[in-house]
Amino acid sequence: MDDPLKRAIAPRKNVRSVLLVALALVVLAVLPQLADMFEQPAMVSLATRIIILAIAAASLNLALGYCGLVSFGHAAWYGIGGYVVGILYNHYVSGDPLFGLPLGTDQMLITLPVAILVSGLFAAVFGALSLRTSGVQFIMITLAFAQMIFFFFVALKAYGGDDGLIVRRRNSLPLIDTRDGATFYWICLVIAITWFALLRRIVSSRFGAVLSGVRQSERRMAAIGISTYRYKLVVFVISGMGAGLAGALMANHARFVSPDMLHWTQSGEFMIMVILGGAGTLLGPAAGAAVLILLESQLAAFTEHWQVILGPLLVLMILFTRGGLSGLWKLLRGGLNG
Amino acid sequence: MKLKNSISAAVLAFLVAGPALAQQPLKIGMVTTLSGPGGYLGQDVRDAFNLAIELEGGKLGGAPVQLLVEDDALKPGQAKEIAERFMKTEKIKLLTGIIFSNVAGATVPDILDNGGIYVSPNAGPSNFAGKECHKNYFVVSWQNDTLHESAGQNATNLGYKKAMVLAPNYQAGKDAIAGFKRFFKGDVVGEIYTRLDQTDFAAEMAQIRAAKPEVVFQFHPGGLGIAFMRQYAQAGLLTEVPMVVAAPSLDAVILKAIGDAALGVNISSHWNSDFDNASSKKFVAEFQKKYNRMPTYYASQGYDTALAIAAALKATGGKVEDTNAFSAAMRKADFQSVRGAFKFGPNQHPINDWYSLKVEKGADGQLGIVTKGKVLEAHSDFYAKSCKI
Amino acid sequence: MSLLMEQALNGVQLGVTLFLLAAGLTLIFGIMGVINLAHGSLYMIGAYAMAAVAAKTGSFLLAFPAGLLAAGIAGVAMEYLVVRRLYARDHLDQVLATFGLILFFNQLTTILFGRQPLFVEIPDFLEGSVMIGGIVRYPVYRLAMIAVGLATAIGLYVLIARTRLGMLIRAGATNREMVRALGVDIRLLYTLLFGVGAMLAGLAGVMAGPILSVQVGMGEQVLILTFVVVVIGGIGSIRGAFIGALAVGMVDTMLRAYLPGVLRQLMAGPDADALAAGLSAMGVYMLMAIVLLVKPQGLAPAHG
Repeated sequence: MDDPLKRAIAPRKNVRSVLLVALALVVLAVLPQLADMFEQPAMVSLATRIIILAIAAASLNLALGYCGLVSFGHAAWYGIGGYVVGILYNHYVSGDPLFGLPLGTDQMLITLPVAILVSGLFAAVFGALSLRTSGVQFIMITLAFAQMIFFFFVALKAYGGDDGLIVRRRNSLPLIDTRDGATFYWICLVIAITWFALLRRIVSSRFGAVLSGVRQSERRMAAIGISTYRYKLVVFVISGMGAGLAGALMANHARFVSPDMLHWTQSGEFMIMVILGGAGTLLGPAAGAAVLILLESQLAAFTEHWQVILGPLLVLMILFTRGGLSGLWKLLRGGLNG
Repeated sequence: MKLKNSISAAVLAFLVAGPALAQQPLKIGMVTTLSGPGGYLGQDVRDAFNLAIELEGGKLGGAPVQLLVEDDALKPGQAKEIAERFMKTEKIKLLTGIIFSNVAGATVPDILDNGGIYVSPNAGPSNFAGKECHKNYFVVSWQNDTLHESAGQNATNLGYKKAMVLAPNYQAGKDAIAGFKRFFKGDVVGEIYTRLDQTDFAAEMAQIRAAKPEVVFQFHPGGLGIAFMRQYAQAGLLTEVPMVVAAPSLDAVILKAIGDAALGVNISSHWNSDFDNASSKKFVAEFQKKYNRMPTYYASQGYDTALAIAAALKATGGKVEDTNAFSAAMRKADFQSVRGAFKFGPNQHPINDWYSLKVEKGADGQLGIVTKGKVLEAHSDFYAKSCKI
Repeated sequence: MSLLMEQALNGVQLGVTLFLLAAGLTLIFGIMGVINLAHGSLYMIGAYAMAAVAAKTGSFLLAFPAGLLAAGIAGVAMEYLVVRRLYARDHLDQVLATFGLILFFNQLTTILFGRQPLFVEIPDFLEGSVMIGGIVRYPVYRLAMIAVGLATAIGLYVLIARTRLGMLIRAGATNREMVRALGVDIRLLYTLLFGVGAMLAGLAGVMAGPILSVQVGMGEQVLILTFVVVVIGGIGSIRGAFIGALAVGMVDTMLRAYLPGVLRQLMAGPDADALAAGLSAMGVYMLMAIVLLVKPQGLAPAHG
């Protein structure tokens, strides 16, 4: 408790924000019912997608926003998570052995942890190499590794190559019917809440304090005797695991995985979500994911030239706010209060 | 403050998605690709479909219809989202429009599993043509392989013995080469896999020149094909090694973008704008009148899809709720296809003739694709036999 | 032997095209500190403007400068309206804003020109191919591209090494604040520089127009490769961009040309071809990863 670093970055707690979280959670929890009430059943699926992407964006934010590691390759871990689900499912259906063992499965309790572990493993190997660089070089080397993994899956004919893999049925859970859209939404919601709670623990811990120290001045951290490389690697791996988790959920949601999940534009989209929502804020990336996806889907329904509206909107957002949506919110609140 | 963001996002979600419109005409959902380099394919399918509706005065088969079109931006995830919204919010049962096989691969199973009917105006991937065929899944265009089988047959008919084949390194590319080889009787002296994001083919041109084949077969759809053809001509290869392609590598749009570089190329296709049947003539004339451009074969497929649906709607009295009745009516294919004789095979993919075409200069000096003769008659596909509906 | 020569020429030609794109990007990146994702859009604008003017007037000699001018004007407008406000910002803000610009330019081009790719003819005097040294037959147009690219490289070298503007650019790359403190109108310098970078991108687009497909999204196809070149060469360094571009062009061309043959010695035909295509696609990225691990500042860093 007496750790000054920890005190410095501890979030300001007040009753109002606790109430707001509670309200948000209630709304999210009854969203399927609300969707029924407003006769918008497709909302549930859209909300599921947003929640999954929010997990991925928040995971990237842990590295990017809190530790200053601008990774342009997170789609790789996201895609690997998805492919773990796809490959395990395909072996389960065909009965073919994987690595000579009957490892195929469609049990979510197995596939999700495996997806997290495998993405974490890959993130550890490539992160260990990438972290030998920093700054723009780090951005580009993460991109390079992600592109290599992308081309690997494109060439992987045994698992569909460029066409991807169909997961005809969602992974199952004991006692719960995951095929129901609302049920799957709740599963994702619970996982997302757990993941965000974990992220909050991480960033408000002593570990998190070191991370933000690294972001501000790596040299200073090294000077007080902290091995920054190890911290950065750990955070990169956790971040990759989160992306893998999101990928595994997306494979279940879309019931389809393809190399598109690993393409650099997907990495870019995660970055956009983080920046749009506000890097280095806990819930910013979730808001960024929600706004980006909602704008995309609503504008596309409104006009086929939706990009000509979305593009300038993004530009204006950056020019007139600082820190994306979080900045916009601060601006608005400042205007109201002052 | 960060907390409020998620609330405002949730509220926004409800505000922007207004209540569903009152249901009057029969709604048909079109999920298609309108943005990016592949955008003109979706545009032609949509425009031709709309043309068919317009020619019938806002109806198809006597039933008033409303076509809802949304751009999938070639993203499978987005296409699934749109299809789901169409089916759940708009209560649409009948969907069409997907251009690319990978988008279809992700979206079609969803539509079928939710009890919808899907009629494909373009993509015909092999995985839905064989064992996985479905009674509510129709393909009006072609099964992917047949395009390239016709090219293989065309090369055989033209008497070539040594072929070099090139296609992008992805599933459709590999299928193209497999399809070509299935019907080409000569030797394949070289296979080159290019990249989907490749723009410069100089290295491949040098390899072709070194291998000295009698003919080159290549599959590079859209913008890839434009770059490939231009560079082929610029390398001086067009005069040395003739080329055989299937329709996607040289449609009317690509021809316009390539110009003289396409002169003399052999194409095989199921339709061409100079077809001498009443339905095709009407289509080409009306399309040019309305949109002021030549229709591509994609447009012909969009038009045929609309006609096929119209015929089924006529038989069911404009109803699609009973999907069994609608499918049964669809299966009859009781319409005048612009490509002439047309029927569905056992896997509900087309059985039709394939023609050889050639790029030639007309009397007016304009480049055009001219029909030369038949390549394959009443051709079905390789996978039909493993389909049990 | 002649095949190897031809492939080497192909590598050089791809390299100089990449150089034109990378030169502008590396200046903007290195000196102004802006990550401009919309650099590919300027390339697209150059190609489209050239195609449009060529179609209207039928004259390559008019279309060529038109493409350069359009890209330059678009670049200056982009700097004046948007990028100027981003100099002091985080790289991340620049990424998001310039991503927004990509969406805008792509869709605007679709609205203006439609979705069909445009046709651009090779001018008559560059048509056909010639024998070089009696061994290689090579298209005249590609030789012209190499010539223009090399001439531009020399021109840029002279501009930067010999002129006052070049001196300011070099000074700006080393210490931005100092140049500003010395009373140089840094805003004007930046706008000018951005315009020059845009014109170089436009030049690449204009030259690529007749051999590639002029279509929406063509900018993003080369964007990532351009960034790869910039980083391999060393950010902010024209010399680095040149070396990096040639390295990328050569590696990419040679892998595509010779890897299938090598692998076919080791395994069955179709497997070898598919694997070779995958590996050669990865080649450029492997090159970048290796360069970054061995020399993080790139092959020819701008300073230090």
